[in-house]
Amino acid sequence: MALLEVKDLSFTYGEKTAFEKKAVRNISLSIEKGEFIGIIGHTGSGKSTFIQMLNGLIKPSGGQVLLEGKDIWSEPKKIRNVRFKVGMVFQYPEYQLFEETVEKDIAFGPQNMKLGAEEVAKRVKDAAAFVDLKPELLKKSPFELSGGEKRRAAIAGVIAMDPEILILDEPAAGLDPKGRDVLMTQIATYHKAKGNTVLLVSHSMEDISKVADKILVMNKGDMYAFDTPKAIFSKGEEIEKIGLQIPQITKIMIGLAKSGFDVPTDIYSVEQAVMEIMKLRKSTSDILLKAPEGGAGA
Amino acid sequence: MMKEITLGQYIPGKSVLHKMDPRMKVILLVLFIVFIFASRNFVSLGIMAAAVFFVLCISGVSPRLYFKSIEAIIMIVIITSGLNLFYGTGEPLWEWRFLKITQAGINTALFIAIRITALVLISSVLTYTTSPTDLTDALERLMKPLSKLHVQVHEIAMMMTIALRFIPTLLEETDKIMSAQKARGADLESGNFIARIKSLVPILIPLFVSAFRRAFELAMAMESRCYHGGEGRTRMKVLKLSKRDYIALAVCSAVFTGVIVCSIVLPVTVRTGM
Repeated sequence: MALLEVKDLSFTYGEKTAFEKKAVRNISLSIEKGEFIGIIGHTGSGKSTFIQMLNGLIKPSGGQVLLEGKDIWSEPKKIRNVRFKVGMVFQYPEYQLFEETVEKDIAFGPQNMKLGAEEVAKRVKDAAAFVDLKPELLKKSPFELSGGEKRRAAIAGVIAMDPEILILDEPAAGLDPKGRDVLMTQIATYHKAKGNTVLLVSHSMEDISKVADKILVMNKGDMYAFDTPKAIFSKGEEIEKIGLQIPQITKIMIGLAKSGFDVPTDIYSVEQAVMEIMKLRKSTSDILLKAPEGGAGA
Repeated sequence: MMKEITLGQYIPGKSVLHKMDPRMKVILLVLFIVFIFASRNFVSLGIMAAAVFFVLCISGVSPRLYFKSIEAIIMIVIITSGLNLFYGTGEPLWEWRFLKITQAGINTALFIAIRITALVLISSVLTYTTSPTDLTDALERLMKPLSKLHVQVHEIAMMMTIALRFIPTLLEETDKIMSAQKARGADLESGNFIARIKSLVPILIPLFVSAFRRAFELAMAMESRCYHGGEGRTRMKVLKLSKRDYIALAVCSAVFTGVIVCSIVLPVTVRTGM
């Protein structure tokens, strides 16, 4: 049984008014335990609406979300339990910090779960360690931290609930390139160490293709594709047509293929590309080496 | 939930009313309100109601929106008219214990219903056809004489503009913060009064922090564009009365004169304040 199954999920804003707008249209997919899913799409493609339906912040207008085989809205009063299992880190999560100390803020989630004091303290410590927050920062006010530290503290606040599925909406937005890389690595490490499911929304194909097992491409509320990065980027040009950036290295490979080189176009990492180009060099150099021989023979 | 609250419900359009000088619109709205209140018989109220209806028709705003604004006050209309229904004097048409309905009562109830509806409709015409910035501009100009009394007219208008501008932003922000805290298991719906107040803390603190942050950013942005208050500041769009404003004034004056004449000549049917 899939951990999370989405059946024919739709959401319409302002139903039965002049402003009616379908934000999400009939999405069906299933996600297994331990998968790392990347979600990409334009602004307004329905990504945010879609992920908010997964933890019951938005009630779908049609279709179902099944968590461990059970419809999350079967008992609306217990929707909070779903939110503990499906943790959600919003965009710019640092703006939700409110407690006197970082420690207390991270403990907000676990405390709402009615865990014992010891367990809460342990979770706060673990979560802070995952996002690499130094212990001395825990006693500070969250408003004294730097931008990157605030972001990590806020993410720790969700990780501390130890959700089975962690959803992150553009966690690296607004960070400098280094902070971005560090954060992405931390998320990947967290995923490996915990073995739980992670859904990552991002604009950056580069970021996503490095870590995701599968990618969900959304376009104008529809599910455009849900497949492995390799399969997605083999359709690189189609993806570009709906206005999404593909990794630069994929673009290079497509360009090479177009100008007559025999290279695959479903490449999305520099290492793979190097390998393919090396192969190519080998075969070309064979030709080059052979050429003078041929010339000599003539 | 938050998204459904609309404030400063300006509906962009190209009607005569949209193009009119906002100052003239504000003045005429005040006069409309005065004359709707001053009407003491059905004929003068009828003239005002017809004038309001005419204004609605040329506003180019969908009737559905006007129905919506009536919908919002329908309970008030029903309650006030309902009460007045039983307060009439004269021969009772219907009686039950201490309740009685008279012809005068029916008249008053009807009169009040029309009056409140007309008031609400004509006021919504102003907000539907005038953008919030135009509106504050107009108010600033109209209040200008007050600056002689050391009232900081420009500052007040600027604050109004900024406040209006930030209402949707802060609503959106509240929505986001609420979702984020709910995702961390914040319980906003259950518990007793104290628990509910307490549950607002995780929402209000981030909201205040962000409001202050935005205020500082805006102040910085304004100063870096050399804003130094209203003194000596000229406008990009200078409000100017045009032919259509004078025509509107003339037409309305004719209507108002009609109302005055009718009120004097014809007998008073309703003797009530509200």
